[in-house]
Amino acid sequence: MTGVHVIALVSALATLSVIIELSRRRHLHPKYAMLWLSVGLVIAVFAISPALFNRGAHALGVISPPALLTVLASLFLLIVCVYLSWEVGRLEDKTRVLAEEIALLRKDVADESAQHS
Amino acid sequence: MTDVNRAEDRSRNVCVVIPALNEAESVGIVVKEAKAVLPDATVLVVDDGSTDDTAELAGAAGAEVISNPFRLGVGGAVRVGLRYAQSRGHPIVVQLDADGQHDPRDIPRMMRMLDPDGPPQIVIGARFAGAGDVSVPRARRIAMSLLARYMSRMTGERLTDVTSGFRVQNRAAVSIFARTYPADYLSDTVESLVIASRAGTVISQVGVAMRPRYAGRSTQSAWRAGAYLLRVVITLALAVIRRRPTSAEHEEEPL
Repeated sequence: MTGVHVIALVSALATLSVIIELSRRRHLHPKYAMLWLSVGLVIAVFAISPALFNRGAHALGVISPPALLTVLASLFLLIVCVYLSWEVGRLEDKTRVLAEEIALLRKDVADESAQHS
Repeated sequence: MTDVNRAEDRSRNVCVVIPALNEAESVGIVVKEAKAVLPDATVLVVDDGSTDDTAELAGAAGAEVISNPFRLGVGGAVRVGLRYAQSRGHPIVVQLDADGQHDPRDIPRMMRMLDPDGPPQIVIGARFAGAGDVSVPRARRIAMSLLARYMSRMTGERLTDVTSGFRVQNRAAVSIFARTYPADYLSDTVESLVIASRAGTVISQVGVAMRPRYAGRSTQSAWRAGAYLLRVVITLALAVIRRRPTSAEHEEEPL
């Protein structure tokens, strides 16, 4: 096992333990925990057996497996970022509706109490 | 004179929505002017998280006041106003800026074109339609004329000032917007017209004089104007390709 693989394995294990700890403390929703746990697992598998990844890369006709790894990792992160933007937008919309609702309710309550006094 | 009287007869059906963010210097005057023109109308100031006395001064001038818990932007403030008008059963909603650039005395002329209980209809108070005169940087002018031309073609109606925040709309138009009025900057004017037009709304305009603002600075350096042009193009392109909005409230939870 070369140095690179040790580093990869250590980061995979670190990722997994952080994710598990965060889920245990309920800081991470199951759907996101699932995502990052699978990422950690995939990294761990390839760290333990780099030959597996190399074989896959060669089967795809890729000459340099590390380049494939970089491309796949970037693509994956890009997709995650877009997904998170979508999620944030949705949350913003919901917060906005709640804020509107509160503003309208506050007005109703103020009118109501003005009527009774 | 007769249409002014008619407008006054109808004024109890009207809700004037004035979105305001830190407009303490002008909001009181605008509210009083609106009340003078439409004595029986409900004048609603939606205070969008102002840090000055906007809400107090609006209330003192006789307006109903709704304060947003935090800043929602012009579009968000307008949406609150539309929902309020809808829940209180006002068939006509006037939208007016709080900085005093719109003259409430133009409202009766705009209302004259409106059928309160007819199919969805919006009348825009247009600042370049002959009356009044404003000086704006070139890039902004180009952006606005581009927009105007596109929107005119889309609606089949000659529109010259589609970013105007001065509008009168009837019940059917309000119910299209009350839940889905776009909240983002520029979308609130541009995209809202695209949405309205696609929903079969009749959009027309009346020329109004634009007055110098009582307060506040208009943000119009050359750089800003250029950035504005770019934003207009992108906003419009997005508005055209986007599907009709659905309200977040009725959104289905994904599994």
